[in-house]
This record gives sequence, C-alpha cells and structure tokens, in this order.
Amino acid sequence: MKNRNKIDKQSCADMSRRNAIKTIAGFGLTAGLAGVSAMSNVAVADTGRTIKIGYVTPLTGPLAPFGEADSYVIEQMREHFKTGIEIAGKLHPVEIIVKNSESNITKAGAVAADLILRDEIDLMLVAAAPETINPVADQCEFNEIPCISTVSPWQPWLFGRGGSTEKGFDWTYHFFWGLEDVIGVFLDMWQSVDTNMSVGGLFANDTDGNAWGDREFGLPPALAIDGFNLTDPGRYQVMNSDFSAYISAFKEANCQIVTGNMIPPDVKTFWTQAKQQGFTPKVMSIGKGLLFPTAVEAMGDLAEGLSCEVWWSPNHPFNSSLTGKSASEIAMAYESATGRQWTQPLGYSHALFEVAADVLKRTANIDKRASIRDAITTTSVQTVVGPVSWGNGPAKNIAKTPLVGGQWVKGDKFKYDLVIVNNKAAPHIPRGSELKLIS
Amino acid sequence: MTYWIDAVLQGVLVGGLYALFALGLSLMFGVMRLVNVAHGDMVILMAFIGYITTQTLGLDPFSAMVVVVPIAFVIGYALQRGVLNKTISKDPLRSLVVTFGISIFIQNLLLEYFSADSRAIYSGGIEAQSIQLTDGLAAGLLPVIILATAVILTFLLQWLFGATRIGRAFRATSDDHDAAALMGVNNAHVYAIATAIAIGILGVAGIYHGMRTTFTPTDGPVQLIYAFEAVIIGGMGSFWGTLAGGMLLGIAQSIGARWDPGWGVLVGHVMFVAVLMFKPNGFFPKTR
Repeated sequence: MKNRNKIDKQSCADMSRRNAIKTIAGFGLTAGLAGVSAMSNVAVADTGRTIKIGYVTPLTGPLAPFGEADSYVIEQMREHFKTGIEIAGKLHPVEIIVKNSESNITKAGAVAADLILRDEIDLMLVAAAPETINPVADQCEFNEIPCISTVSPWQPWLFGRGGSTEKGFDWTYHFFWGLEDVIGVFLDMWQSVDTNMSVGGLFANDTDGNAWGDREFGLPPALAIDGFNLTDPGRYQVMNSDFSAYISAFKEANCQIVTGNMIPPDVKTFWTQAKQQGFTPKVMSIGKGLLFPTAVEAMGDLAEGLSCEVWWSPNHPFNSSLTGKSASEIAMAYESATGRQWTQPLGYSHALFEVAADVLKRTANIDKRASIRDAITTTSVQTVVGPVSWGNGPAKNIAKTPLVGGQWVKGDKFKYDLVIVNNKAAPHIPRGSELKLIS
Repeated sequence: MTYWIDAVLQGVLVGGLYALFALGLSLMFGVMRLVNVAHGDMVILMAFIGYITTQTLGLDPFSAMVVVVPIAFVIGYALQRGVLNKTISKDPLRSLVVTFGISIFIQNLLLEYFSADSRAIYSGGIEAQSIQLTDGLAAGLLPVIILATAVILTFLLQWLFGATRIGRAFRATSDDHDAAALMGVNNAHVYAIATAIAIGILGVAGIYHGMRTTFTPTDGPVQLIYAFEAVIIGGMGSFWGTLAGGMLLGIAQSIGARWDPGWGVLVGHVMFVAVLMFKPNGFFPKTR
C-alpha cells in the first residue's frame, strides 16, 4: 500500500513537471516564432551551434565507382553550406563529416558507430549499394539517429534489414526505385521493338541475381504476364570465365533478347563469347554492370547498343533545390571540373544533400533527434532527381524516384553516351531516341 | 552430340587459360615449396602494366608483351631476392602470411593509382572473332591463342627443366637445397630466377586476361583458386600435368554447367576433392 502511494505521488509530481515543461516549451516556441518574424527583417540571424552531418560512402574498394562523384559533390556542398543553414530563426554552421566504407559491410557499420558516438552527428546520410547503406541504417536505427539513404533498390534495404512493408523503421528513411521499376522499364523497352519475345536470362548466384531470377517476385512472373518466354539455365558463379552453356541454351531457344544483373567483367566475358559463337541478340538489357561509363568503355567496340536502367541523367528535367542549377548544368560542371564523364550517382549524391538541407530547415527543434526525424516524414522537395516525399511509397520509410531506360551509343566527347530510349514509366523525363536493335 | 562436343571444346579452351595462370604457381611450388597467395593479384598487376603500355606507347597487346614480360621478370626476381627468400624455411606459414600481405599491398597500390574503375586492354576486335569448325561448333580465336600459348610455354618450361643448366639447378634445389648449396648452387639466385620466370609468364597471362574481360584492382584472388586446383590435379613438379590439370578442371566445369550453370564450378571443385582423396599426388607427379 505504502509503495503504491509513493508511486502515485511520484507520477503526480511527474505530471506536474511535464505540464511545466510543456508550458515552458510552448512559451519558448512562441518566443522563438516571434524571434523568427522579428529576425526575418534583419539580414543576419542569431548564430546557433554547429550542425554535424555524417556521410558514409564507398570511396575505395569494389563499390568505389558508386562513390566516384562524391568527393566532388561534398566539395560543392561544403562551399554551399559555408554560410550555414537557417533553422528555426537561427543560423547554424554546418559540418559535413565524410567516412569511407571501403566497400566493406563491417567497416561501414564501424564508421557509422564512430560518427554517431564520437562525432555526435545530428543527421546521417549514406549512399551506394546495400553493402553500405544497410549496416549504416542499422546503426542509426539502434542508436536512434535520423538517417537518409539512397542508391539501392528499396527491397534489399527493407527486407535485407528484417523490415516489412507493413512495419517499417522508426529512424531510417530511404529514397530510390525498386526491383518492380527496373523490371517494368526493361519490359517497356522490349515491347517498344519487334522481337520474337524469347528472352534469355543471365542471373548470378548473388543477392541481386537471385532476386532478379526469383520465380515468385523476380523477372519470371512479370515476363509471363506480358507474354515473354524466359530461358533461365540457372545461376552462375560471379566472375565466370565460361558462358558457353548459356550461349548454347539461348541459341537453342532462339532468344532475341538477353537480360540479367551482372558485374562488368561478366558482361564482357559473356558478350565476347557470344560474339565468338555467332550469337547476337537484338536487345541486351543488363542491370548494374552497364551503369558506369568507364565500365562500358572497357567493353571496347562491343558496347554499342547495349541497354540498361537510368536513374539520373543530364536530360532529366529537374533542378537542384539548393543551387537552382539544372541536371545538365550539374553534369557539365562535374565534367569540366574532373575531366570525367558524368555518372548516375552524381545526381543522387547531390539530391541526398538537397533532402538533408530541406529537412534541417524544417526542423522545429534541432536539439531533438525526434524533431529532425519528424521533419523527414513530412518532406516534400523537388530535387535534381525528381520529387522526394515519404508517405506514399511501398512502406512508410520509402520514397520512390522515377526510372527510365537507356541505351549506350557512340558519343562525341566521350566514347559512349547514354541516351534515354524509354520513358513509359516516367513520361515527364524526355526521351533522346528510340531503342535501336543491336546489329 | 554436338552439344557435348561443344561443352568439351569450350572446357578445353577455358582450361588453357587456367593452365596459363597455373604454370608460374606450379614452378614456384615445385622449386621452393612456396605457395604464392598473391599470384592472382600478380595477374591483375600485369594486366594494369599491360594497360599502361598499350595506352601510352600505343602498342597492340601482343607487342606490349615484349615490354611487359621483361618488367614482370625483373619484378619477380626483385620480389624473391628482396622479400620471399627471407621467408623460406621449413615452416610454410611464413611465406603464406607474407604473400598474403603482398596480395593486400598490390590491391591497394592499384586502387590508389587506378581507382576501382573497370578497365580492359583494347585488342582491336580480336576477342570477338572465332574459327568456325563445323555447323554449330566454333572456337573463339582469342581462347585458341591463349591455349596455344599455354601449350608452347609448357613445352618451353619442361625443356628448361629437363635440358638446361638452370633447369638442373632447379631440380637440385627442389630435391635437396642444402646438398645443392654444398655443390656450389646459389640457392638465393636459383629461387629468384624461378620466381622471375613464374611472374614473367604472368606478363603474358595478365595481358590475355585484360583482353578477354574487364579487370579491377580487387579481381586477383578469384583467379588464384582455379590455378591452384589445376596445379594440384595435375601433380606437383610436372608442367604437362599442370596443363592437363587446367584442362580437366575446365572440362569438368563446362560439362557441369551444361546440367545447370550453378553446378559448373561445383563439379570442378568436386573433381578437385576427389583427386585429393584418391590421388593425393595428382595425376602426373614428378616430385614427391
């Protein structure tokens, strides 16, 4: 009895304290708002504490092509945020702390923990492949730090971390497209040309390959619905030196379309062996392995006409919400600054900081992590990769961005150019030409 | 029928590639019982040196070998004299650990200078050409060239081992290096020559590898496993054995892959394990 009384008393005290806090907070907020309205007339706002943004990206290792544009983007962002960012009427300096995941899952998790516990960051950003974003997002979820990620189809990010579409996550948010989009784009491309609808599948025995070839959720059921015949001989080991079994199976089935999810060396080995064996399909659409211009260039003269998914290009009709620059201006600035051809992650790295800036600007109380998190959920920003807003995706933590199909053709400035050839899924992104058959 | 003949043919051609990777490994193991874990990374290193040579000197890949092989030879000699000779002892762990370290060193050195971009050695379209044998049976020109190179190199190595002075020194140090030293053989030099030849062969292998596919700095370790299996299957100390081992592995993988592509690699590994169990010295062992 005594005990219970004590508890009651305590909770009473607690109640009144909470009320008191609420009142004070309310007062503070009103005062703050008054401050904003007063300050907006003045050029310089109060200076607040430094906001720390952590950014984990693979700068070295096998995933480095994904992080290739990051050094450039970060330099641009540091320049942009030099003057700080205005949050709730106060001008806060911004510090971007970059950590290299070294393309290693364990390392990515370790540097994320470092950023959270040692650097005490306010917001985590992370990009490029499940191997980078999943361990970082897991650390953030565990330590209750808001995290925004991109550049990986949403399925491995959600299911790979034990999430489900019904129950998402509390602290981690992702924007990108999904497996269903890339399958849709590939089907749209194939339906735009005249073939015998016989498709050969090259799926590696890795996470991506197994997901693509999955009989329930992957390519096979989607192909069947649209009347395509799939020849899927099985899963090959990554870095294969002999694709002759596939080539003879595809020849047997008279496949005029070849697809798959492959890494660059496997694409080249398959494609040269197909040429040796006199097998030339009309269309070859490969996910992942044809994303980067350097990998396509390494295919020599054989890359002409190969097609792939396009998440971002200089022809996307979007502008940066930070700098106002168009996609094409951003790509050109990158090419002239680095001397290298534009690459798709460039747009997404830029957009990641756009979303971060938008979130921070709308944060009511920068000292409360939950407040930053709440600002993420209500995001609606027009970025250089398209509109990003959470709430209408496949799960509450997922925002989808548009995807189109592209084809590599002979270029002027660089050896090959990526031209958008199919925009059925996102008609607002202009098409450069029709999908041409491989000769 | 053509289907299975094709499987064997493609297997033999891939086997030529495995053998080319394996010859150097076989030589180093045969002479000094040294397993070079960095062998695959050496292939990639040579591919990069070949890449620079073709890019900067404007050479075609075959002429580039004239430049790359001597460089590879010097690297091999210096590596053995400067580092690996210090690790040779009864305990095989020391050289394993050191070559493992060299593997990491090469990968990161290449990453530092070349980034993780995929590259290839431009071969002017030769990689897409083939020799039409019969209707529905074609052998790629580049794989045939690779196989022919492997056969020629095997022949040369066997001749070097059996009929030359340095070959006799190789065999002597391999049999008993203390006794060889007593007879006036400079073991340090003999070992270094062996490694120089082994890495020199990779000058050829690396360029072929760069022509047939794309490569990145971290691709090396994958090349090691099949080369190693080819050596074991063929038997220690026999270069014809290594060539045969590579081909058997290639054929096993190719036939397995015709059942199901996922089984190709597995059938190769199963054969390897079977050889270890029933013929632990390999098929054509020369030294025991």
